[in-house]
Amino acid sequence: MDMKASKKLGLKERYTLMTRDLAWTPTYQAVKDVFPLTEYEGIKIHDWDKFEDPFRMTMDSYWKYQAEKERKLYAIIDAFTQNNGHLGVTDARYINALKLFLTGITPVEYMAHRGFAHIGRQYPGAGPRVACLMQSLDEIRHAQTQIHSLSNYNKYYNGFQNWRHQHDRVWYLSVPKSFFDDAVSGGPFEYIIAIGFAFEYVLTNLLFVPFISGAAYNGDMGAMAFGFSAQSDESRHMTLGLEVIKFILEQDPANLPIVQAWIDKWFWRGYRVLTLVAMMMDYMLPKRVMSWKEAWEIYAEQNGGALFADLARYGIKVPKGWEQACKEKDHLSHLAWNTFYSYGMAAPFHTWAPSEKDMEWLSAKYPDTFDKYYRSLWTHYAREQAEGRRYYSTTLPMLCQICQIPMIFTEPDDPTKIAYRESDYKNIKYHFCSDGCKSIFDLEPGKYVQSWLPVHQIHQGNCFPSDVDPGKPGFNPLAEVLRWYRISDGIDNRDYADSPDKQNFETWRTQATGN
Amino acid sequence: MQIDLRTVSITPLRQTFDNIAARMGTDKPASRYIEGTIDVQPQANFHYRPTWDPEHELFDPSRTRIVMKDWYALKDPRQFYYGAYAQARARMQETAEADFDFVETRGLAERMDGVARRAALDFYVPLRHVAWGANMNGAFQSAYGHGTAITQPCLFAAMDQLGIAQYLTRLGLLLGGQDGLQAGKQAWLEAPTWQPLRRLVEDTWVVKDWFELYVAQNVVLDGVLFELAYKEVDVALCDKAGPIVSMLTRFQSEWFQDANKWVDSVIKTTAAEGVANKDLLGEWYVHWRGRVLEALAPVARLALGDAGDAALARAAATVNARMKKVGLTA
Repeated sequence: MDMKASKKLGLKERYTLMTRDLAWTPTYQAVKDVFPLTEYEGIKIHDWDKFEDPFRMTMDSYWKYQAEKERKLYAIIDAFTQNNGHLGVTDARYINALKLFLTGITPVEYMAHRGFAHIGRQYPGAGPRVACLMQSLDEIRHAQTQIHSLSNYNKYYNGFQNWRHQHDRVWYLSVPKSFFDDAVSGGPFEYIIAIGFAFEYVLTNLLFVPFISGAAYNGDMGAMAFGFSAQSDESRHMTLGLEVIKFILEQDPANLPIVQAWIDKWFWRGYRVLTLVAMMMDYMLPKRVMSWKEAWEIYAEQNGGALFADLARYGIKVPKGWEQACKEKDHLSHLAWNTFYSYGMAAPFHTWAPSEKDMEWLSAKYPDTFDKYYRSLWTHYAREQAEGRRYYSTTLPMLCQICQIPMIFTEPDDPTKIAYRESDYKNIKYHFCSDGCKSIFDLEPGKYVQSWLPVHQIHQGNCFPSDVDPGKPGFNPLAEVLRWYRISDGIDNRDYADSPDKQNFETWRTQATGN
Repeated sequence: MQIDLRTVSITPLRQTFDNIAARMGTDKPASRYIEGTIDVQPQANFHYRPTWDPEHELFDPSRTRIVMKDWYALKDPRQFYYGAYAQARARMQETAEADFDFVETRGLAERMDGVARRAALDFYVPLRHVAWGANMNGAFQSAYGHGTAITQPCLFAAMDQLGIAQYLTRLGLLLGGQDGLQAGKQAWLEAPTWQPLRRLVEDTWVVKDWFELYVAQNVVLDGVLFELAYKEVDVALCDKAGPIVSMLTRFQSEWFQDANKWVDSVIKTTAAEGVANKDLLGEWYVHWRGRVLEALAPVARLALGDAGDAALARAAATVNARMKKVGLTA
């Protein structure tokens, strides 16, 4: 897929002339002024030319193939829209997974675009620079194809309409936001290990496959189409992530401990973000693809295990939190959905208690834990709800300083005990959900004391609209926070059973399928 | 006659996302360009200062001295979101491909006048490095600029420049083989004719204000260089040896028309925001115009001999006229 440069030239040679041969070492300006960010993280690169191009695609073929993909994708989106495709999904509960996607994932696709533009400017090596810029271009594609696919849902359902505003403010959306802010605010090498390797290579299957297969299983051709259309981009990105880590490790033995520390950190950071995916898979899809536990076993334990066995020759070890993540696979989704169910007022999507049939599935998928620890919770909630007392927590949860998830996780070896960790820094105590998050803080406390923790911000009075006075009698903090979040109470939030979404979907489906 | 097909029609709850409706009204759907662009960059509550630039937030309007009330005023008149962009470029590359193919299959390069061919190699091949420099600068603007309305087309321009560098590489290979490329790079690195231009490109790489860099690169250097290379020099070579080089550089001349629509609109909107912006843009424009003309003078003479100075002056006058039209008084 290269320009037809000359018949005598090999593919690799030709691609070199089309990319790295364009570059030169500056002499009128010092290299350190043109590329000022390459040394401060301690990574040593001796020869950028040793980087192996993960794919060889010149711009003309890039435009040609991507344009073809775009034409197909938008034709599908148009057909889906014209045909009221949203009424063909299994059940409107499914649409809440899409709200989670647009508010939580799409904004970080955008961040990946800007992050790759940043490192695509900063690397002194022409090979990785070009590959990163191409990824930057792909990532804005992903953000936009998602916005465009979900735009039609926004016209008919509540909870999509303020995705941008909410990503920067709502409590659980600080989980993916802080994850990506953390990566982009790190140095250019840390960024590529965090996103290119740990996220794209190790964890992407656990994010992308569940959502897109979820779309396919639930009759959502719109979301399925953007996922499938992104597949070939994603495989380029994964190859880049793998080439980069090998390149860095081969350049200097002193790079190993730095890279290992990043792998430990970013595996854990990424894994914690996937908590949201776990609950989506097990609780939000009317027709489930597989359980979180099964996905974890395939994509992490099997595939990831093979990857780390392969990287062992560079001295890389399995990430520090791996074992705990494997232990948590039996609990993660249940803990998370319980949290969202309880705080169902404060999120712009609907929650619900699993039905008896849902619980049979959960019990079959989680034979060691569901009936033992979690079923009684849902039976209790359902009973309360049947008697007109749908449970909503009105307190504010304590958040982990690093992952920013409420402190809901239990001790790895005791599912009846919430895990608490803490560190002192400059006479202030900081709290963490796990050893993994604590050790991230301890390595770089100066960075993580900056975290914009949504609950702290509410307590500090920073999350109310400017037209209210918290000192006035009758001030209702929860109502004002919701207003600041731009969540319409009773419309965008609370139980699915009571939602306009449910009612509209049923009315429209009846209208569309009969007279 | 019109055929009246019926579909089941459901009244939507809303036409677009709330932030867009707040700007453009609630009564009409928004275009894909608007929904995929407006407000898409995060604006608030960043968690950590960048370790590589602790003076600023991750996205920070103070990375330039230009001030805008609303950075989303800088809309792209081409309405390029990714899909529209990729499809527009795919059409251009299809034409370019047909032209390259025509020149190759007819053996036109071999039959080209030797002097003209040498002149084309000497002038166009080193420009692939200028395009590489522009790619670096587009990446800079896209990474550190403010608001998707401007940072998005900056990345598109960066990738366009990479494509241009690759088309110039193909031109070099076709007219002069690998030796042609090597000689061009050698000249770029060492020949006195090219050093002022190389110095200029390297100097743009250390400009810290991304909007100043935009003026230096997209307004002035691209503006004058593309006028010179794909109009003045192209016409001169065409007169001597027919339109072979015009065919091999067709992408660039089409791209220049396309990019100018955007560049002119960016400058117009920014200058219209207020006198401080207008003065600053004028100051940058004058500064970089001086640098660019100085750097291009020997290159223009290389391609056009004694006629080089006049051609360069015409190129500069065209850019001046464009900038005057969009509100710069310099």
